[in-house]
Order: sequence, then C-alpha cells, then structure tokens
Amino acid sequence: MSPVYFDHNSTTALKTEVLEEMLPFMANQHGNAASRHSYGRTARAAVEHAREQVANAVGAYANQIVFTASGTEANNFVVQGICSNLEPAQILTSAIEHPCVSRPALVMQARGWKAHSIKVDENCNLDMAHLQKLLKTPTNLVSVMLANNETGVIQDITKVAEMAREHKAYVHTDAVQALGKMPMDFFAQNVHAMTVSSHKIGGPLGAGALVLDKRIDIQPLLYGGGQEKGLRSGTENVAAIVGFGAACELAVKNLTAFDMHAENLRKRLEASLSNMHAVIFGRHGLRIPNTSFFAFPNIDGETLVTALDKAGFAVASGSACSSDSGEPSHVLLAMGVDEDLARGAVRVSFGASNTLEQVKQFLGALESELARLKNLTAIAA
Amino acid sequence: MERLPIYLDYSATTPVDPRVAAKMIPYLTEHYGNPASRSHPYGWEAEKAVENAREEVAKLVNADPREIVWTSGATESNNLAIKGAANFYAASKGKHIITVATEHKAVIDPIRELERQGFEATFLEPEPNGLLDLAKFKAAIRPDTVLASVMLVNNEIGVIQDIESIGKICRENNVIFHVDAAQATGKVKIDLETLPVDLMSFSAHKTYGPKGIGALYVRRKPRIRIEAQMHGGGHERGMRSGTLATHQIVGMGEAFRIAREEMASENERIRMLRDRLVNGLQEIEETYMNGDLTHRVPHNLNMSFNYVEGESLIMAVKGIAVSSGSACTSASLEPSYVLRALGRSDELAHSSIRFSIGRFTTEEDVDYTIKLLKEKIGKLRELSPLWEMFKDGIDISKVQWASH
Amino acid sequence: MAYSDKVLDHYENPRNVGSLDKNDPNVGTGMVGAPACGDVMKLMIKVNDAGIIEDAKFKTYGCGSAIASSSLVTEWLKGKTVDEAYAIKNSAIAEELALPPVKIHCSVLAEDAIKAAVADIKAKKLAKVAA
Repeated sequence: MSPVYFDHNSTTALKTEVLEEMLPFMANQHGNAASRHSYGRTARAAVEHAREQVANAVGAYANQIVFTASGTEANNFVVQGICSNLEPAQILTSAIEHPCVSRPALVMQARGWKAHSIKVDENCNLDMAHLQKLLKTPTNLVSVMLANNETGVIQDITKVAEMAREHKAYVHTDAVQALGKMPMDFFAQNVHAMTVSSHKIGGPLGAGALVLDKRIDIQPLLYGGGQEKGLRSGTENVAAIVGFGAACELAVKNLTAFDMHAENLRKRLEASLSNMHAVIFGRHGLRIPNTSFFAFPNIDGETLVTALDKAGFAVASGSACSSDSGEPSHVLLAMGVDEDLARGAVRVSFGASNTLEQVKQFLGALESELARLKNLTAIAA
Repeated sequence: MERLPIYLDYSATTPVDPRVAAKMIPYLTEHYGNPASRSHPYGWEAEKAVENAREEVAKLVNADPREIVWTSGATESNNLAIKGAANFYAASKGKHIITVATEHKAVIDPIRELERQGFEATFLEPEPNGLLDLAKFKAAIRPDTVLASVMLVNNEIGVIQDIESIGKICRENNVIFHVDAAQATGKVKIDLETLPVDLMSFSAHKTYGPKGIGALYVRRKPRIRIEAQMHGGGHERGMRSGTLATHQIVGMGEAFRIAREEMASENERIRMLRDRLVNGLQEIEETYMNGDLTHRVPHNLNMSFNYVEGESLIMAVKGIAVSSGSACTSASLEPSYVLRALGRSDELAHSSIRFSIGRFTTEEDVDYTIKLLKEKIGKLRELSPLWEMFKDGIDISKVQWASH
Repeated sequence: MAYSDKVLDHYENPRNVGSLDKNDPNVGTGMVGAPACGDVMKLMIKVNDAGIIEDAKFKTYGCGSAIASSSLVTEWLKGKTVDEAYAIKNSAIAEELALPPVKIHCSVLAEDAIKAAVADIKAKKLAKVAA
C-alpha cells in the first residue's frame, strides 16, 4: 500500500485534469513554439493561453509573465538579473528564504554587492524594525518570501514593499508556497517581481515563472534563441507550461474549498499535537492553512520521520532540498528555536487529497511512536 | 478539420516517441515524489528513476553517469558550460574564447555576454561548405585562450565538424573544449571515452524526448570545473540547483536508450529518404544545397531556391512543416546568419528551406514534398521578375538596383 | 505572421500576372526594389491616347504582402487616368489589405512602382511628341 502523502509542500501530485490538458502536447501537438508552421503556431497559442491563466492566478497582466523551468531558476534570475543592471549596493533577503534566493545573493556579494539578511521574530514574522534599519544603507533589492515553505507563515509583503519603495529599492517575493493556498494580487502586494512554480499547485515539474514589473531592466540568466522576449532563452517546455496554466486555473477555482479543507485537517492535527505537548512553530503567525511544523522536546526528528515512514506516512523533516544535510532548519534557527529542538522538527503539509481519517491514523501512529521512543530514551537514561 | 501538414522539421523539435511518453506518464501520476525528498519512498522512487535515466544518457555517449548534470535543455547546458568554465578558469588561463560564426545562438549569445564582462572572443568563419578549417582554428589560439566551443552537428545545415581533431588541438594548447551536441545525439556516434571533449551539451527534445530537459557532460578525468549559474538547494553536486523534473528526466533517459539501440538502422532508413528527396528536388532548376555534401547527417537537407523570395516560399509550402533558417530565429525577417557565414547571398539565404527528416517520415511524405515544391516553385517563378530576367539571359548581379 | 484574408486571396489568386510589350510606345514600366532587400516589383501599364490606363500587369519577387500589394494595384489602375494613378497613396493599399506595421513597406513599394511606371510612360510620350 502506498504511504499517506503529507509532504505536499515538497511537491504535490499532478491533477488529472492538468494531465489531460498536457497529453496532446506530449503526442501529436509537438511543435516548437518558435516555428512558424501550424505545429509551431498551435504550440505558441497554447503557451500564450497558459500565460493568461498564470497571470490571472496572480492578478497580473499576461505580458508580465516570464516562463522559466522552475521556481529556483526564477529566483536566481530575479536576484542576479535585477542587481547586475544596477550600481552595486545592498541586497536584503529574509533569514528564512529558500536557498535559491539567499545563495544567489551571496554570489552577488562575491561580485561586489553586499548581502544582508533580515531577521524574523520567534513567530517567524519579519522584523520590520530591522528592515527599516537596514534600508538606511542604499539597497538594490529586498526579497522576502510570501509564505514560508517550512512553517507556512505569511509575511506582510505589502508593508515590506511600501518600506522598500520609500528607499528606492526593488521588492521581490518568492510566492512559490503561497500560490494556490492564499489569494494573490501582484498589484495589491505592490511588488516589482514575484516567483511562482507549477509543481507546488498540482501542475507538472519543469515550469515556473517570474512575474515582473515591465519597467524593470533585468539581465537574463540564459542567453540564446531569445524566447520570452529575450529574457529567457530556451525552447519553451510547451507541455509543462500548458500544465502550469491549467493548474493555475484550477488553483484559483478551488482556493476557498482547499483552504477550508486544509484548515479543517490542520485544526484536528494541531489540537492533538498540543495535547501531546508538541511545540508548533509559527502557530501564532498568520499561516497558509495546509502547513504544520512541529517538534517534541527530546525526540529526534530524523528517527521520528523514519518511524512514521515505516508506519506509512510520508512527511518531511525540514525542507526537501536540505533534508539530507543533517543540519537543523535555518528557518527555525532564525526564529531563535533551540538547536536540539529544531533538529527534531517534522513538517506535515496537506493536499486536497488528504482526509480527516488519514489525520486520525497519523495521530494514532504518532502517539505510539512517541511512546516507544520515550521508552527507549528512558531505558537509555 | 484542417489537415495537419507533413512534419519535416525534426531539427526544430521531434515528437515524443510513444514509448518515451508511456515511460513518463507513471512519473506524472503515481510516482510524483521530489527526488530530493530523503524521508519517504516517494522521494526514493523518484531518485532511483533519475539515476537510471542518468545511466542511459551516459551510455549513449559512453560517459560515466557521474559526468552527467541535468539541466532544463541545451540552452541552459550551453550557458552553464560556457559561462561556467570561462568564469572558473579565467584567472588561471585567460579571457579569450574561440567559437564559430555558425554556432547556435545559445552558444553565441552567452559568449557575447562574456565579451560585455571583459572577455575577448574570436568568431571563426567556416569554409563555404560549413566546415571549420583546422589550420585557421589552430592559428586563432592564443596564450590566453581559455575555452573553445564548436558544435558537433549544425542545426541549420547539418554538417558534422571534426570534433576529434579540434579537441586534440585544444588539448595540446591547454584549452577547455565545449561541444554543443544538441543536434547530434542519435544521429552520429559519440564516444566520450576517446573524444578529447571536456564539456558537451545535450537536449532531449531533438531526440524524441520531452522538451524542458537536457544535460551537460562535465569530464571527470581530467577533471573539469565549472561555476554554477543557478544556486540553491545544491542539487547536481552543486553544479545546478533546482528541483529535478523526474518525468522529463525519465523521458530523456528512455529517448536516449532508444537512440542507442536503434540509431544504426534508423540512420540507414533516413539516408534513403534523404537521397530520394535530394534527387527529386534537384530536378528543379537553379537549386543549391547548403553545407558539405558528405560530412553531414542524413537527417538534414538545406536547399536554396533561386529567384523566389523566402517568405512567399514558406507561405507557398504550407502543406509541409519546414523551417527557413533555424526555428529560434525564424520570427525575424533577417536572413539566416548561418547561410550568410557560408558566403551565400542574402537572396539565396532568404530562399532556403531546411527539410529535416525523422523517425516518423515516410516515402509518401517525401514524394508529396517533391511534388509540392515543383509546383509551387514553378508558380512563384512565374510571378518573379527576377526569374524572367534570368530566362532572358540577364545577369542579375550586374543590374543596378534603385536604392530603396 | 498572420496575413489578412485579402492578402491571402491575392497571394493565392494573383490578378494580372505577366508582362506587356515593353517596346510598345503606350506601355510604361516601373521596376522598384532590390533582390537583396527581399522585394522586387515590376509594374507595366498600357495607356491610351486619352491618358486612360487600359491594362496593367505585374511580376513580384517578394513576400505575400508584396505580391498582394502589387496584385491589388493592377486592379485599381485599370480605367484610371495616369494622374489619378499617380495620386494613389500607400496608406490606401495598406488599409485595403490590412497590412501589419512590419509590412507597410510593401505598400510603399507598390506606390513607388506606380510612380515609376507613370514617369516612364510620360517620358515615352514626351519623347514621341518631341520626335
């Protein structure tokens, strides 16, 4: 039997309706969107339709969407691309960013920029006073993620944008985990750039996008055939882009229902976790409703995750990309969580397919594992 | 419903082989894990599939799987190889790069970008047959030459460069050698154990795999280092971060497996079709083949039709899907820079058609194409004042045209 | 490139393709453009003694819009006086064929061809008068 999948923030299953839309572009509609014959024009029309769908999901115009191969690429593109065209100054990223935002900032540091990280408080909320202080130094770009992949905490991006704009800095938000889980509005959020990704919302792997204020002069990351108005060369991955568009349309349509469903599951989960004396990270912040990140004092997370896997539940310890590193989550450390407790963290992230029954089974399994592990610890002591 | 034109544009992109699609689908539906997830079987399953595919890609080119880095396509591979190696070795070797004027834009434009960053580049003109003169290549090497990039098979004219000899010259002169092989896989045999190549770019969608996936070969012995262009989770041993698109990788692996197993017989069949096409089209007066006649892949036929204009020619042959120039630049009205580099006049460059034949092309497709071309070229020439002048014995190159 | 239906119609069924006798004193020829620019238009008009264009023929080496522009003007020219012909503006051609901005030069070329053909016939007639 397949394990119950509670790791939807890592990647989530492709929706059947999305696959249906993609299949023709994996079969006889195989044209290169740059070709002028009918195969090419069909591919081009499909890409442009998907562009509308993505734009619609984030409240932007279609001509603001630059398709990339992933969220990682879009984040690298925006950080390196915007800053490279400006006089080197400061780049500010929050302490809880995904490494595909913070590492490019460090790379720019090696080229003469200054990378600084903006603190967060114990609830995973951005320290606005710290941001205000940092902004006194000339700044090219402020990048703060909309919803954190580990804790699910949502930042007040509109406020961040207002502060950054006052200091003539560009604002970017990595909205990869937010899309499909909360309402999105590029203009209301008042940012210059926003990253979104397909495979986190039931679309395929292999497509992402940067939503961009068109007035910004940005340097490409990939040079070549001049696709995406010269901003991102490379043959368009038509099938994945079509899937991304279809997934965006579904995400918008299902947003309210999904949020209510996920919130319901999480309420049940966290009520029991509290009874089990778990520490739930970021629970006092505003969170996307599908994510719960928690730890039990004196219980090793890796051991717990392995045990839960044996019991048939796929969960994550920290984020997938760094889950082989053994290092405690940088997000939790930034929140001031004790290193030992952070090392024990487990992330549950729900998808539309999860049920209340699965949550109950999970809690049962968790309870017996905890009892067993506590016994072991007691014996060892 | 409008009947789909006959597809003769396999060099722009190939259909996904049904066997490849069948192999990909399960990774879109049940095995959807993130291969970087280490804590559950969804992740392990995906990782296993990614590693199997890496082996298949390595096998086609006789490399070690550890030498294969996944990318989003040949454009990214070329960018990563060129910018990555140039930046890594600039301090120790120098800042001069050699390439060829007929390379794909995904090689030329990253080098142009490096020029803006302070590198110097030599863009060698090929001989009129499209091949690089080895002596000219050797002469272009300077003490500060860090990198050379030469494509194996040209996308527009299909000529095969002598990569082995060029690589040897690079080795002798301590120059890093990158080869764009996007158009070569499944068409020419590639043995990286013997070829003196340091970096090689691959694409899946030119070899019956999906779009959005490619790979870069990075030699281990002697070890070649590159600076990553995409940073983040540290995937692909730090050379290229980003969640791996499992289904696309699986598709590329399967496509390259099929290529390895079927290349020999497929090339024979395609050669026969190409010869049939050449013979048919050469019955039309005033046609010119572009690119060397022997050192070329059988899949590509690039021909110029004199005294007809390129765009109206493309309009006239709507019944077949072909390219004039490469797909990536065909939205512009500029004549093909590749054909101009061969010394073709603007007119002949404009009126060229690239026919590219592939796995699903039939004899009937070829015969239809010949018939269509004969009829349409005839019609356009009837309309053409240049054809009339040519028939009247006027040398068009001597005519003084009013400047416009 | 999306062509309008009118461009496609003229391209598929060009009107008045061909040549007139260039040695006929009543025939004026205009040849404009250059092969290197991708367009060459040859327009021939036959003008009677009343100054009315009785016949018009063309040959064009060029894109679909260039072919359509020259085909269209041959239709327009017949029955017009040379002065009326001379007054035809490229904007009227572009409008009739709904040419996209990148193809406006085709209509300019067609206007130039008319002007060249009219100039040629006027020169011929003047030469005749002088002789």
